[in-house]
Amino acid sequence: MKRRLPLVLLAVALLLAGLGLASGEFRSVLEKARTVCLECIGIG
Amino acid sequence: MVTQKKRRWFQAVAAVAFNAHIPSFLKGGIYQGPSKGLCVPVLNCYSCPSALGACPIGSLQNALGSVRLNLSLARYQFGLYVLGFLGVVGSLTGRLSCGWLCPFGLLQELVHKIPSPKFGVPKFLKYFKYVFLVVLTILLPLLILDAFGGGDPWFCKLVCPAGTLEAGIPLAVLNPSIRGQLGALFAWKMAVLGGFLVWMVFVMRPFCRTTCPLGAILGLFNKVSLFRMTVDEETCTLCGKCQQECPVGISVYETPNSPDCIRCLKCEKVCPFGSIGHEFLCGRPRDAAGQAPNEVRP
Repeated sequence: MKRRLPLVLLAVALLLAGLGLASGEFRSVLEKARTVCLECIGIG
Repeated sequence: MVTQKKRRWFQAVAAVAFNAHIPSFLKGGIYQGPSKGLCVPVLNCYSCPSALGACPIGSLQNALGSVRLNLSLARYQFGLYVLGFLGVVGSLTGRLSCGWLCPFGLLQELVHKIPSPKFGVPKFLKYFKYVFLVVLTILLPLLILDAFGGGDPWFCKLVCPAGTLEAGIPLAVLNPSIRGQLGALFAWKMAVLGGFLVWMVFVMRPFCRTTCPLGAILGLFNKVSLFRMTVDEETCTLCGKCQQECPVGISVYETPNSPDCIRCLKCEKVCPFGSIGHEFLCGRPRDAAGQAPNEVRP
C-alpha cells in the first residue's frame, strides 16, 4: 500500500467513533440535537 | 470533467437534503427524529427547524461541555463519537465537503456574485480560524461551567452566523415564545451575520477562510487524506492561472493540499496545461480531462 498514513488515520478515527458509540454518545448527541439550542439562536 | 456547474448542483442538493424536514418548519419547532443523532460533514445548525442531522461543531462543543458533568456521574463520554466522525471525514476527503456540500459555503459563493470590487484576505486572518477552534470550540466549553456543571457552546453562542441564519431567524419568525425571549445576544448575533454578509460581497468565502472551526479541523487532514490534489511538475509552467482563479487564493502549484483548500476543483478546470488533478486512495491521479499526469507533487 503506497500511502498508509490516511488509512491508519481512518482506522483510528473509526475506532474513536466506535468507542464513542459504545459509551452511548450517539444518544447524547441525539438528545442535544433534538432540543432547541438557545445559544445558537441568540437566547442566553 | 468536473465542472463548477456540477458542483453548484451538489451544493444545492446537499443544502436541501440536510434540511429536508419541511413540516417542522411549518410548525415553528425543530425536527426531532432519530437521524438527529447523526453528524453531518458540514456546518449546518441542528436547531434549524428542518435540519435532519447534527452539526459536528455544535455537537463537539456540547460533548466537551458535558465531560466534567458526565465524569461526576461516572459516565465516560469524551466526545469520541464526534471526534471520530470528524477524523473519518477528514482522512477520507479533507475539506472536500466544504467545497461541495456546505450550505453556508454555497450562500457565501452566491452572495459573492453581487457585482462589486473584490478583495483577498490578509494572510494573518487565516490563522484566526484556529483561534476560534481552540478557544471558543474546545477550551471555553471545557473550562467555563454553568450552575448545572455543563459548558456552553461558545462558538455557537457568540459567533456562528450559520446558526443565526438557519435557526435564529426562522425560529424567531415562526415561534412567538422564542421571539419574546430575544435580547442583546440575538442582536449581537445578527450584527455578526450582517458583518459576514457584507464581507461576502467583497471577499470570496470569508467565513470559511478566517473563522470556520470545522474547516480548520478538516483542513488539517488535507495533506494526508485519501482524496488529494496533485500537480504534474513536468507540464506545470508556474503560470499562476490556478492561483488567480482559486476562490481561496492558494498557490496550487506550490501547495496543492494546503489546509485552506476547499477542493472545489476549479484549478483543475482552469489549468491551461492540464497539470492539476486529483486522486483518491492509491489510484493514479487524474486531471480535469480524466487523463493521468506523469509526476505527482506530494
